[in-house]
Amino acid sequence: MTAALPPMITTTPIATPTTATQTMQRARRARRGVKIRITVPIIIIGLYVIGAITVPVIYGFDPLRTELVDRLKPPGTTLSNGSIAFLGTDQIGQDLFAQMMMGARVSLAVGASTLIFAGLAGVTVGLLAGHFGGWMDTVLMRIADVQLAFPAILLAILLASVLGQGLTNIIIVLSIANWVVFARVTRSQVLALKNREFVEAGRALGAGHFHLIVRTLLPGCVAPILVVATVEFGHVILAEAALSFLGVGVPIGVPSLGSTIQAGTAYLTSAWWISTLPGIALAGLVLATGVLGDALRDFYDPTLRGA
Amino acid sequence: MADSTPLLKVRNLRVAYPIRSSVLMRHIGDNVAVSDVSFDLHQGETVGLVGESGSGKSTIARTIIGLVKASDGSIEFEGKDIARASWRQLKSIRREMQMVFQDPYASLNPRLTVRDIIAEAWRVHPGVVPRGAWTSEAKALMDRVGLNPDYSDRYPHQFSGGQRQRIGIARALALRPKLIVCDEAVSALDVSVQAQVLNLLEDLQADLDLSYLFISHDLSVIEHLCDRVLVLNRGVVVEQGTVDQLFDNPQDDYTKRLLAAVPVVRPWLEPT
Repeated sequence: MTAALPPMITTTPIATPTTATQTMQRARRARRGVKIRITVPIIIIGLYVIGAITVPVIYGFDPLRTELVDRLKPPGTTLSNGSIAFLGTDQIGQDLFAQMMMGARVSLAVGASTLIFAGLAGVTVGLLAGHFGGWMDTVLMRIADVQLAFPAILLAILLASVLGQGLTNIIIVLSIANWVVFARVTRSQVLALKNREFVEAGRALGAGHFHLIVRTLLPGCVAPILVVATVEFGHVILAEAALSFLGVGVPIGVPSLGSTIQAGTAYLTSAWWISTLPGIALAGLVLATGVLGDALRDFYDPTLRGA
Repeated sequence: MADSTPLLKVRNLRVAYPIRSSVLMRHIGDNVAVSDVSFDLHQGETVGLVGESGSGKSTIARTIIGLVKASDGSIEFEGKDIARASWRQLKSIRREMQMVFQDPYASLNPRLTVRDIIAEAWRVHPGVVPRGAWTSEAKALMDRVGLNPDYSDRYPHQFSGGQRQRIGIARALALRPKLIVCDEAVSALDVSVQAQVLNLLEDLQADLDLSYLFISHDLSVIEHLCDRVLVLNRGVVVEQGTVDQLFDNPQDDYTKRLLAAVPVVRPWLEPT
């Protein structure tokens, strides 16, 4: 202990300026890291979006067409019509790449519309609960707790059996399952904001509830909501795949990543690519949204700012 | 001046924060912040509220401005009782009185430009300034409080503490109020900037016939700015009078101790 003290004392005056520069450098490196972590996932998600829009059109994808000669062909096979199926074909002779991109189209559409509905509902509830507090807060948040305790899969099965299968029903189920996250994040952000002096300044001006909520509180909630939305996007896509895998998701004839994976399980020993490749595609998409959400959180973190 | 009706008339004001039980949120008692406070404030006058932390100064300010509900007593502004005013009446009363907040870093919305911060008042009270004139009016106000009007598109974090407090003052002036409540408006600023802001407040008072309710724990600021002073201790007014009376001849023990606690630049020159 005593032996260690003198060098510490001698290094202190030199260490002070170095630590400052080091902190600056670290912060700057963190900033650059954040930029890369934002750009790369956005490019990946962008490629999925472009692929989902264009590929099924280019391939002239028709989910009901069967080509028995081309069944279960491995990746890279030249098909009977002369084209090359570079990700192979499935059990009814469909090109797997086109089918996956069609599935991505469903996944992205479900993800986006679920986010819009769940986000609108959740943010509204969160703003109301946080701003008004009292019994409104209690009632809304208890509803949210009940919602959280109820498994989404069960709800999906219930809805699928009552309303029948369909994309709209999946979106309804996933919205019901996901609005709580938005509500909670928004509420906690509102609680943090509403006692800040600038909100009180708005009240002192005579601003009504609507003005305070929409013009003062909501803008302050945008950053965390955006972060949650990004992360939830991945969750929703995964949940849709899980529902489709279980057979309570998309109706038969609509290929989704989940239903393609499910269809391939019967052929895992003979045609591994049918389940594996959509699985990898799904994992890649979810991972990209996860990394993006994480990076956005860092991006909006003021402690990483300023360098 | 004494015979005219006061701009602000506070009578027997009592403010208590309820204490609730942790389990059922039942009302089990009151934390009395302010009790039995009465005073008048006339047009063009500056009244100081002074006291230590927790003496209820800010609570009085926030009750008058309507951020906190009074438990008892009355606050009359130009003869209208604020506690009994309808929402619409309260909104029109609020046009007449505004507040300058303590912390210039927290009291400005970080996501709005200076122009939008000032224009917020006109958005809330339509009809005061037509929408097309917001930018020019905001710039005029910025100029009035000593800010460069070219900076109207900047955000609060691009200004220094003193400049931000000027923005806060410009916002308070936007509705052309008669009364401005300054809650520790200069306490967060360093001394030279304090002096500038105090001078600005005095200039504005002379030009616009403003009244101030000025809250501070800093006696030298109070002495400089105020006509009359109320000394608060634990939510009760222990002494009130003109600045000269109070500073030259304090009656109450607490006032004496408060005055004795003011730091002196050269203590050896002061007679004891």
